Amino acid sequence: MIQIEYILLISAVMMFAGIFGFLTRRSTLAVLLSIELMLNSADINFAVFNRMLYPDGHEGYFFALFAIAIAAAESAIAIAIMINIYRMLKNISVDKLQKMKW
Amino acid sequence: MDYSQFLNMQEEISLLAVILIVFLADLFLCGKEERICAMGNGTALSATACGCGRMNVLPIALMVVHTLINLLPWCGSACTPVEAFGGMYQHTPMMTIVKSVLNVGVIVVMLMSANWLNRPENRIKQGEFHSLVLFTLFGMYLMISSGHFIMFFIGLELASIPMTALIAYDKYRYESAEAGAKFILLALFSSALLLYGISLIYGVTGTLYFDQIADKLQVNLLSIAGLVLFISGMGFKISLVPFHLWTADTYEGAPTVVTGYLSVVSKGSAAFVLMTVIMKVFGSEAFLGLWSTAFFWIIIVTITVANLFAIRQKNLKRFMAYSAISQAGYVVLGIMGGTAQGMTALVFYLLVYLTANLGAFAVLHVVEQHSGKIGMDDYNGLYKTNPKLAFLMTLCLFSLAGIPPFAGFFSKFFIFMAGFNAGYPVLVFIALVNTVISLYYYLLIVKAMYIKTNDEPIAPFRSDCGTRAALVICMAGVLLLGIVSAVYNYIDLFSYGI
Repeated sequence: MIQIEYILLISAVMMFAGIFGFLTRRSTLAVLLSIELMLNSADINFAVFNRMLYPDGHEGYFFALFAIAIAAAESAIAIAIMINIYRMLKNISVDKLQKMKW
Repeated sequence: MDYSQFLNMQEEISLLAVILIVFLADLFLCGKEERICAMGNGTALSATACGCGRMNVLPIALMVVHTLINLLPWCGSACTPVEAFGGMYQHTPMMTIVKSVLNVGVIVVMLMSANWLNRPENRIKQGEFHSLVLFTLFGMYLMISSGHFIMFFIGLELASIPMTALIAYDKYRYESAEAGAKFILLALFSSALLLYGISLIYGVTGTLYFDQIADKLQVNLLSIAGLVLFISGMGFKISLVPFHLWTADTYEGAPTVVTGYLSVVSKGSAAFVLMTVIMKVFGSEAFLGLWSTAFFWIIIVTITVANLFAIRQKNLKRFMAYSAISQAGYVVLGIMGGTAQGMTALVFYLLVYLTANLGAFAVLHVVEQHSGKIGMDDYNGLYKTNPKLAFLMTLCLFSLAGIPPFAGFFSKFFIFMAGFNAGYPVLVFIALVNTVISLYYYLLIVKAMYIKTNDEPIAPFRSDCGTRAALVICMAGVLLLGIVSAVYNYIDLFSYGI
């Protein structure tokens, strides 16, 4: 069986790749993808902990399911807002979202 | 399954009934006639001819009934904590009070928004506004009464996803969309951090029930990482300083009523939840020192940085955003030490802050509605043309700054008392110094309204009855809450510490 450390390492790498992408990508959609990466790394954590460490319950799986559903809802509304912005600016680069600052 | 346990969550059930009625009434009662009116731009037809002006009354009336039913814990001081669904839902009498405070906030916001929602561009979607507001409130209810991390997380998201839709409510105004984008991206980012933190805590303890976690949690690097991620996730929601970057932009771009809602109700519920969860989950002696240190620095930075940034703001909504950040620092001061006195002070502070801040936002909103102006220089000479509004605004600002006869002084006093008794005199001193700084920038607005002259001041106008009702409620709070000490004592009956 694959040891738990490897899977946790993958999820940690995913998490930080997501954070890195969130901070550096210029397209709003890429930023959204990075956030999905972060959320999914947490989901992997839940599944792994449940499977490897606490196999007599299902709380981790359930949390992962709920988290996926919620992440989908959030992405839906985020993309709706992006479409609205695209209609006005014809561009969804993060750099363009700068009418209000400081 | 024992269905009688639903009776333990009567507040949620009653709010759900309100939501369903409002939602269905919007679907079926406001039919074609409404849409036609909206397309005709409402110019030819007067507002009353266009049907659903009354749609604003229904949600407000239902919310008032709902608030009155659930206003206070029925059993008085004899109440005991109840739970449902095996501990997923936990309810203490204190939560009833916090929910009532939030209800009052929602009612005031709805009263403020009535006139705005009747404008031609909003009339077609005014039902959405009420549904979304009530759904966020429902999310906050779940979050407050949660006893399990799934419940907590769902409540948190239910409170923030519809909030995004509210922020981006002005579909054809670019600022609104930009504010919505900034809010949703950072809200998602913070939920991801929070989720990762929860997963680490789950990995350490193997359970997600708050009570069981508290029994099993040991201090090790993994659980400390979980604590840090949890605090940062919640810090985004309360907009504490290292996590506050979305606040000013979102507050500026959102419709003014939504900004008021965001700055008071959303923030207040998150602060209370942070206190209860951190007390329940990380309440042990070993963790107490850790998160107290964290909050010690967060509070200092929050209050100071927000005050310094507030001074240089020219847009009043941005200004109120930084003021709200610094007020959040004071609110979190109640968490220090996790004492019962701190909880009383925190809830009382929320109540007082709600009245003062919503009062100020009501004035900003009504002025913006009638003149379209929101800059600080536009308020020059407001006293000459609209003396009553200028006076009410002054009272609210004095209360926010904490000048003695008003409620704000007492709430700050209690929160400092709690911080001092919990053993943080240095923190209280720094907060006190910052109160003086905050007085300076609140007085900048007062000076603009009363002393500065303006060649083209905002023209005199009469505000609508909804806003007036909202202002009356807020003024009653500002003037009475501090003097009527029964309120503080009553809240004190139900508070509990670690």
